[in-house]
Amino acid sequence: MAFNIEKIRAQFPILTEQVYGKPLVYLDNAATTQKPQVVIDKIAEVYCHYNANVHRGVHHLSNVATTAMEDARKVVANFIGAPSVENIIFTRGATESLNLVAYTVGERFITENDEIIVSEMEHHSNLVPWQIVAQRKGAKVVKWAFNDAGELDLNQLEKLITPHTKIVAVTHVSNTLGTVNPVEQIAQIAHRNNVMVLIDGSQSIPHIKIDVQKMDCDFFVFSGHKIYGPTGIGALYGKTQLLEQLPPYQGGGEMIESVSFDKTTYNVLPYKFEAGTPNYVGIIVLAEALQFVQSIGIEQIATYEQELLNYATQRILSIDSVKPIGTAANKASVLSFVVNGAHPYDVGMILDKMGIAVRTGTHCTEPVMQHYGIPGTVRASFAFYNTKQEIDMLHDALVRAVKMFS
Amino acid sequence: MNELEQRQQQVIDDFSVFTDWMDKYEYLIELGKELPAFDETNRTDDSLIKGCQSQVWLAATFDGKQVHFTADSDAIITKGIVSLLIRVLSGLEPNVIVNADLHFIDAIGLKENLSPTRSNGLISMIKQMRMYALAFQSQIEK
Repeated sequence: MAFNIEKIRAQFPILTEQVYGKPLVYLDNAATTQKPQVVIDKIAEVYCHYNANVHRGVHHLSNVATTAMEDARKVVANFIGAPSVENIIFTRGATESLNLVAYTVGERFITENDEIIVSEMEHHSNLVPWQIVAQRKGAKVVKWAFNDAGELDLNQLEKLITPHTKIVAVTHVSNTLGTVNPVEQIAQIAHRNNVMVLIDGSQSIPHIKIDVQKMDCDFFVFSGHKIYGPTGIGALYGKTQLLEQLPPYQGGGEMIESVSFDKTTYNVLPYKFEAGTPNYVGIIVLAEALQFVQSIGIEQIATYEQELLNYATQRILSIDSVKPIGTAANKASVLSFVVNGAHPYDVGMILDKMGIAVRTGTHCTEPVMQHYGIPGTVRASFAFYNTKQEIDMLHDALVRAVKMFS
Repeated sequence: MNELEQRQQQVIDDFSVFTDWMDKYEYLIELGKELPAFDETNRTDDSLIKGCQSQVWLAATFDGKQVHFTADSDAIITKGIVSLLIRVLSGLEPNVIVNADLHFIDAIGLKENLSPTRSNGLISMIKQMRMYALAFQSQIEK
């Protein structure tokens, strides 16, 4: 399919909405993405035609729902290049995936005085679960600092790794700085030192072609709602030999093989980690979203979004008193900035009144703000349905806001 | 009309000249800029009202009869909002502040034009002003 922006926009009904009587300019895609009609329709389709609890049901509807859910698992595995469906565990989202890994890896592999390397640019969701584990196990969270451009230094990683290091937890793309991290090299360095690697793919999944085997990470997590899918569904990829060694995260239905008061045995992968009725509607619809992205082509999306980012960077930074936060050489779809003499919150309020949705504040990355000594940033984040005209509107609105504050 | 009512009516009148919310914001920004400089010795953890996005410092003194508020914020629109509250409440007696029905906020459409986080911040500011007034009131009653 050729990249036709009008046709693409027509598939996202929300984009024709107005706010305060002005056309919506939605530039908060790093927080959540809008949904195409096929995704919205799929939700209704499941509930209208084959809603039934999955697995172990003997009746027809349950079988249809189960098949649809397990087919969706194949779609997810295929989308990220996982070798098998047993590597794909469905969760509520990236945050739950991260907590699952932190808890179970903590239980199985982390003991007193061990070290967990976490980059300075992580979302709180990839920092706090590790702090909790460290506290529980008497281990230590080690900060991998970034430079002022917002880039991580691989040599620094080599130096931080000690015989006590168990895992490196790092994001693929920074939600605040937009930095694309060299995850393949990170995995190489870690594995050379017998250290596990977790990659937070929340911000990379909609922008970059993911191949977990090529990346060679041990764990990869993402959320469905950041890639045009529904909220409340996410996935965890883990290498089979690791997932098999990890203890269950939650107990309940489906995750068991047999239960008695004397002894309970656990189900095989991936079900061992999926206690309770899964969000099967979310799972089926997530697959629909991934197939929608595949139908357009992630490479084409990436090329177009890079064009948008370059255009936005050049346009927005042409405004005096606007200063970028995050100037890495390799970036994806995120433009964070501060305006001299104005609080990010003030700028966001004014932009909002002009129909432009951006995010302001710390973006759940307070250590990043501490690095730069700022209270927050204004963040514009782009999706492939955004246009250069919208960036022009952001530019004009920002010029007006700057004037108001000067 | 009592003092509190007169002040609220004045704010409502001031805002009634603006038809566009952008103009109202511009006015709030002006008010924020005009707020008297905050006494740095009052910038303490006790006077800090911590919000998710911006911070407000609110201090109060009592001359035995009336409560006087001073405030600051790192965000200018927030500062404008707190300056409105000061304009309405500062210099009134503690019991008037504690019992004040601040209808001007709805009348000027402030609450629905604030994001939920800033709206919560507004509620926290009012609550803090009432807390100060309540504390001073109990001083009188002793």
